[in-house]
Parts: sequence; structure tokens; C-alpha cells
Amino acid sequence: MSASEIPADLLFQNSHEWARIDGDIATVGISDHAQAELTDVVFVELPPIGKTVDAGDPTAVVESVKAASDIYSPLSGEVVEVNPAVEGDPSLVNTAPYGDGWIFKIKISKPDQIAGLLTPSAYGTLIG
Amino acid sequence: MSENVLHSPLEAAHLALGAKLIPFGGWAMPVQYTSILNEHAAVREKVGAFDISHMGQVFVTGENHIAWLDRLLTNCISKLQPGEGQYTMMLNEKGGVIDDLIAYRISADETFLVINASMIPEDVAWMEKHLASGVSLRNESDAWAGLAIQGPDAVATFSKLFSNETLPPRNGISKTAGGEIICRTGYTGEDGFEFFCPAAEGIEFFNAFINAGATPCGLGARDTLRLEMCYPLNGNDLSPERSPIEAGLGFFCDLEKPEFIGREVLLNQKQNGPAFKLTAIEVIEKGPPPRSHYPVLSESGEVLGELSSGVLSPTLGKGIAMAYLPAAYTKIGTSLKIDVRGRQFAAVTVKKPFLKSTQSSKKASA
Repeated sequence: MSASEIPADLLFQNSHEWARIDGDIATVGISDHAQAELTDVVFVELPPIGKTVDAGDPTAVVESVKAASDIYSPLSGEVVEVNPAVEGDPSLVNTAPYGDGWIFKIKISKPDQIAGLLTPSAYGTLIG
Repeated sequence: MSENVLHSPLEAAHLALGAKLIPFGGWAMPVQYTSILNEHAAVREKVGAFDISHMGQVFVTGENHIAWLDRLLTNCISKLQPGEGQYTMMLNEKGGVIDDLIAYRISADETFLVINASMIPEDVAWMEKHLASGVSLRNESDAWAGLAIQGPDAVATFSKLFSNETLPPRNGISKTAGGEIICRTGYTGEDGFEFFCPAAEGIEFFNAFINAGATPCGLGARDTLRLEMCYPLNGNDLSPERSPIEAGLGFFCDLEKPEFIGREVLLNQKQNGPAFKLTAIEVIEKGPPPRSHYPVLSESGEVLGELSSGVLSPTLGKGIAMAYLPAAYTKIGTSLKIDVRGRQFAAVTVKKPFLKSTQSSKKASA
């Protein structure tokens, strides 16, 4: 996928999670590149609401037929919402990684971390 | 991948098809081309083509070779007629499984063994260590490419490539006019055959089967297909520390034979009942897919062992697994729990296999 196909309003981290910032809330999911590498997502383990996480903490688990992969929170904060739709239909992570396949939302506690995330073009370069 | 990794003669074809390669048994092999779920479905519903070039081929000849194989392997080779094959195992002196394999009598004076990729050096060393006079071995593992063509349309696919040839009957073996070896066996629970040709011709035949309608399938689908049938995977479900009796494979051990390596241990286990049994387990609570090494607990929370294999069954849509459990917990319907990252999910022991083979009914209606 070229950088031009990555939604412009997202920020990324090296481990292929994206964050969409809206005020003090960040919605988190995995990139299209990551879902293509995983293929066939069959299970998503969501974090409990209210859980406090630091940037880089394993916060959810996405499982393909072959492997379980930790999803690391791109930012520090408190989990305020999870996406029940991906529990019922895990393949949403494959079919709509930047839309209905989002995984959790956190209330950002350290906004200065946002500057450390990758722009869509920087992430596009990373995945080549 | 390490530099010592072995490469299939079909590797260029896999890469051209966009396969993801992973290390398996010392080999770089395709785990999937597009999707494990789609490849799995292709085999259950139509036909798939697997590269099995990593598996080993050993030819055994000589006037004493049948008697020798009967002392080396658990099943009874001397009951086979030329053209017939059987699943069998090679055991250590403790009755533990070194390898599981299929032995085919190609002719009165030659037997063909297909062994697991990761075990080729060890199997051959074991056979050579126990070699007897009047027996010769030829390890031709590097010379052959192997394909498994599996699924309800496998026979039709075969006919498209070999219009003048007939497939051997179930478990049988034959050679085509061109010298390729055809075995009516597989590791999926579907009808199909395994095909061996000179390594240099592998890509040509692989592509020909794909052009004839077979979906290229990787090791990911091979694993989900075999586990639905409770076919063991050596290294996961079989080990030098576990016997065929514990693995539930007593059917493939001919204890009537006066001797074979490991026989005394099996006889004893069969008479007294094994302490552990490889048990089929179904997850009954919605949850993450079971995977090998996850702990298995009794209903009261006592750790009983760990899963030897586990997967979310694509056909059944639920978690299926196997584990060696103490005999007291192996009765069908026993409630268990599987620990996944510290959370416990309800499971129950069930009858093997998870998926009842559709092969016999299809044959009957054909």
C-alpha cells in the first residue's frame, strides 16, 4: 500500500498500530499493512474499560489462525471504550482496518507523546 | 531464516504465487498463499495442492527387507500386497515415537517409506544403526518433489493431467507410465493423493495441478485440516516420550508380531491401560483460539497438562485441541478448562475425530 492510500488523519507507531486523535480521545486500530500480514483475523481480545495503560503496553490481542499478536497502545491513558463489533466479527480488522475494525479508545493522559508518533508518509516509508 | 534452512524445489513457484514462507522442520515452506481459511475451504469443498517436497523418501529393498521392516515398525508390513500402503510408526526401545510414516509396498521386493521432513537424518541414522543383512536403504529425499492433491475434486483433477491413468485404491500406490509415484493417501481427511516426481519436474507438475483447478495451499491449512481429523503431528502430538498406545494409535501397532522395537512397552500399556492418553478437546466457551502449550486444567483448577495442538477449526467455527491427559480425565464428556493468558475457558473432552470424515459417504454415493 502506498502512503497516499493511508488516511491522512492517522498517526502510527512502528509496531503498526494507528491512532486517530479527536480532542483528548485516541481511537486505536492496526494498519492495513498489519492486517494483510496477519491475514484471517479470527479473534480479538479487548481490554477492560477503565484499564490504565502506558504507551507501548500490550493492550489488546489480535489472533489469526496461526498466531496471537499483541496490540500495543500508541499513547498513555485510560481505556474508555472498546469496539464490540470486532468481538462479534473479527474479520472487520481485515476488511476495514481504518474504519469499523478499530479496537479501543483511550483518554490521552500524556498529550506530548503525540508528537512522537509517525505521520502517514513516515509510516508509508517504514513499510516500504 | 538461518542459512542452514533447506529449500523446496518448488520455492520459485511459491514466491511467484505470493506465498509467505516460514521455517518448518528445517525447511522454508509456504504457510499460506492468500488465506488459511480460503485454502482450508478449498480442500474441504473442491481441491487443493500442497507442496510436500520437504518430506523424506526412503526406498528399502533386499531379500530380507520385509522381515526387517516388521522388526523396525509397529504395523505389519508382511500383510501388505504389492500396491498397498499403511500408516505405521518407528519407536525407540522405550516405546516412544521416533517418527510416524507411511510404508508402501511398491513391488514384491521394494518398499517405499515417506517420513517427516524434520526427522529425515534421525530416521535414516536409526535405520542404518539397525540394518540387517539382505536389506538395502536408499535415502532419495533430495531427488523427489512431492505434492499432495486433496479434496473432493482431487480425482477429477488427476484425470485432467493423466487421462490414461487410474488412481490406486485408498492407501494404495502405483507408478505412472512416466515413472511418477502416486499414493492414494493424505493428511486432510478428504479423498486425494500424494504425488512424487523428480525434483526438477516439481514446478511443472505443481503449476499443472493448479491450472487444472487445484488451489495452492500452505502449511497453515494443512495444520487446520489435519487437526480437524485428529491426525497427529510429530513434534506436537507425538514424541519420543509418548507411545502409540498413549497417542491412541494402537490400531497401527500389530502386537501379534513376535517382535518389534518398543513392543514390550506397548504390550504392557495395552494390558494395564496407559497412564496418559492423547485426548480430543473442544472449547465450549466463546474465546480465543486454543494453541499448543496452553495449560489444561481440571474443573477444580488442577493443572493436568498442556495442549499439544490447538486451533480455531475453520469448518466447525470453534476451538479444537489435543492434549495428553491423565487417564482419569479422558472419558468423553469430561469438563476441563483451558488457560489462555491467565483467563480460563470451559472445554470438554470429545470423541475423535472432530470432523467426521466425509470420504466414505462420498465414495458410497459416487
